[in-house]
Amino acid sequence: MIERLRASALLPFLAVILGLIVGALLILVAGKNPWVAYSAMVEGAFFGGNAFGRTLEKATPLIMGGLAVAVAFKAGLFNIGGQGQLLLGAAFAAWAGFTFDLPMIVHIPVALIVGGLVAALIGAIVGGLKAYRGTHEVITTIMLNFVLGNFTDWLASRDGPWNDPEGGALARTPLIADSAQIPRVGGLPTGFLVAVGLAVLCWWLIERSTFGFEIKTAGLNKNAATYAGIGVNKILILTMAISAFLAGVGGAIETQGVTNRFEPGFNTGLGFDGITIALLARTNPLAVVPAALLFGAMDAGSSLMQSQARIAPEIIAVIQAAILFFIAAPTVVQYITRARNVSSEDDGVRLSAGWGG
Amino acid sequence: MADQQLLLDARGLTKRFPGVLANDSVDLQLAPGEILGLLGENGAGKSTLVKMLFGIYKPDEGEIFMKGSKAEIDEPGDAIELGMGMVHQHFQLVGPLSVAENIVMGAEPKRGMFFDLTKGEEQVAELSQRFGLAVDPKAIVEDLPVGLQQRVEILKALYRGAEILILDEPTAVLTPQETDELLQVMRDLAATGVGIIFITHKLREILAVTDRVTVLRDGKWVGTESTEGATQESLAELMVGRSVVLRIDKDDASVGEPVLSVHDLRVRDDRGHELVRGASFEVRSGEILGVAGVEGNGQRELVEALTGIRPANQGKVTIGTQDVTKASPRTIAEIGVAHIPEDREKDGIVGVYSVADNMVLNQYFKAPFAKGGQRQFAAIAENAERLVEQYDVATPSIKTPGKSLSGGNKQKVIVARELSIENKLVIASQPTRGVDVGSIEFIHKQLVAERDRGAAVLLVSAELDEIFSLADRIIVMYEGEVVADMPAEDATREQLGLLMAGATD
Repeated sequence: MIERLRASALLPFLAVILGLIVGALLILVAGKNPWVAYSAMVEGAFFGGNAFGRTLEKATPLIMGGLAVAVAFKAGLFNIGGQGQLLLGAAFAAWAGFTFDLPMIVHIPVALIVGGLVAALIGAIVGGLKAYRGTHEVITTIMLNFVLGNFTDWLASRDGPWNDPEGGALARTPLIADSAQIPRVGGLPTGFLVAVGLAVLCWWLIERSTFGFEIKTAGLNKNAATYAGIGVNKILILTMAISAFLAGVGGAIETQGVTNRFEPGFNTGLGFDGITIALLARTNPLAVVPAALLFGAMDAGSSLMQSQARIAPEIIAVIQAAILFFIAAPTVVQYITRARNVSSEDDGVRLSAGWGG
Repeated sequence: MADQQLLLDARGLTKRFPGVLANDSVDLQLAPGEILGLLGENGAGKSTLVKMLFGIYKPDEGEIFMKGSKAEIDEPGDAIELGMGMVHQHFQLVGPLSVAENIVMGAEPKRGMFFDLTKGEEQVAELSQRFGLAVDPKAIVEDLPVGLQQRVEILKALYRGAEILILDEPTAVLTPQETDELLQVMRDLAATGVGIIFITHKLREILAVTDRVTVLRDGKWVGTESTEGATQESLAELMVGRSVVLRIDKDDASVGEPVLSVHDLRVRDDRGHELVRGASFEVRSGEILGVAGVEGNGQRELVEALTGIRPANQGKVTIGTQDVTKASPRTIAEIGVAHIPEDREKDGIVGVYSVADNMVLNQYFKAPFAKGGQRQFAAIAENAERLVEQYDVATPSIKTPGKSLSGGNKQKVIVARELSIENKLVIASQPTRGVDVGSIEFIHKQLVAERDRGAAVLLVSAELDEIFSLADRIIVMYEGEVVADMPAEDATREQLGLLMAGATD
């Protein structure tokens, strides 16, 4: 167990180190001190004020986006639509938040679930198209990102049904009711705990439940799954729905725990980061949590890095992109680090999913 | 000094892998125009040996001489340069390209800097004529039947001027007719002076075509013998190291009620062609019904329809008293139908799953393997330990991924899984294809045991030997129809061969 953990964590670990080295080199080129920059980043992410809370807050949607991608991967599906699904979840959670008047203990979960379920519906459509029409989910989810992005923009716009009457020209929904807002406990966002709970649930689902076994079987060998009596089409639809549900809940937590309303543009890019997180975690739902924390900490620390070390926060994006590059190209990591037992093959993590099936 | 008459003279080849001595000082000689059989069970080291000859592995010890001079073979390119050609078990072809394109690929004729396809097609046509290997140069490879694809592989080697042809289990994927054709092709090629190393574990083929045979067992060179005078029994004993029952002794069938009734079944393939055209037959409890036929005559579609994987177009399928014409694979399995699928890599095994998981693929959702939707790993492991023991599966552990087992052991995993529960009906498709002799004997015994227990067994096989050895009753499929239905003792090889080829009597 420890051995396996060590082997499968080695590549992500090396990728992160290499990513940070690339970042350090760039900072050097810019004539700044990488040590100062990284110290500021760490301080901004963990120490002082509400730094740690912000890290958790940033990590939360990343966990959800990462889980969405990771779970879909198990069924051999590549969900690139996390962004659109997250926006949809964020918008509908806002609607449930400002429309209903319920006690907090009911209102919070109801809004979360509404956000998740609406996204799940979209996921089910993607899965259905894949199962019965052979339409590749990468294509449909990318296209739906545009559809859902524009749709949610419209919902909150001045012409839209959910525009905030007090917002003037601003495209945004009204504030959600206090009873729908996820509280902070001692400055720490509770939404993070929801995400961690869902990560554990996903792990159980994939690794321990018979349903997860069906998902994996369908993803690894569609024929053998059919022969074993598993309804592969049903699995594709359900898995895609669950994946989208997770992304949708990620959006809902943003709305209910951070922004307290839906504002288009506020969540840009969060859904896409899920892909990086899932790959960094090697599609293991539990590993998604530390991966998301790492990226969340970088994001949270970037502002202090900017003010203290005068480094543009875009360097964080470069580091994250470099990490993704090293994850995606294990042979490069192997070559650079001479690490012999970097295992690049596990649980069917393939970056280039087939286009035929 | 090495013998100049020999095309190939390998001496003392040794290859070690961590923990395994894959080849222990193996010798092999091949003369021009000779067909040398390379015989051994799965895991005996045949593949390792030819991979060393072909430059895929580097021998730890030993030397290879070709036509009297020492050959330095560091990679397959060197081997090809020196006049070796290899036809792998898994074809190395590009499906969407034409036959000619596949054959000349990498050594294309050119006009200026461009690929001259017309010239390539002419060359291929000429080549196929010269060696008597008929094939349409313009045909698209993936549309061709397996037998012809293999022919393309052989032509590919010949196009590169191969004088030594290594055929790695070429008949594992062929029908009896295709096998006969291949054997003839081999004789013709040998007559032109090509030396052929023929890897197989089918004894009949060794006897039919080879001049000499080299036998390996557990990586060791057991001997090289002249084929003349050898018998199936003598070869099997050399190969396995003990005497082997090649023909199963079975008691008379005690036949009961019909278990499977198929009435006027019609099934279409993916492209909408009707491949099963009004098949009707019955299988009764306590009997093995053999379905003979050249592959591609609807057997695959028939089995897929019976197991619920492919919808039937018309007709009726009854198992016991239940109409299962439109039932799902799960429903049919739950009635008590075991299914050993034809293509075990594709349909029977999940490669990255452990042996243990593969052994519960048909029951993972039921007690004791699941409780309240949660998988019960202790029960799954216990089941696997028991089945590995009982079905004699050679695996380092029950956690070993299915894909790393040999073909015979993969099949044993499937057989163990499917037969470990008592079923009314056992459907076995090509259950011993590509499986070594020891495992074949074992699997055959299991099928007979199922029959003796009172199960109905439907055995689909392209191997007439297998049909004759096991079946109590035989039906022949030709172009989707059942053209004959007879007791096994009334059938002769010749008669079945004719029926399979479409002759009506």
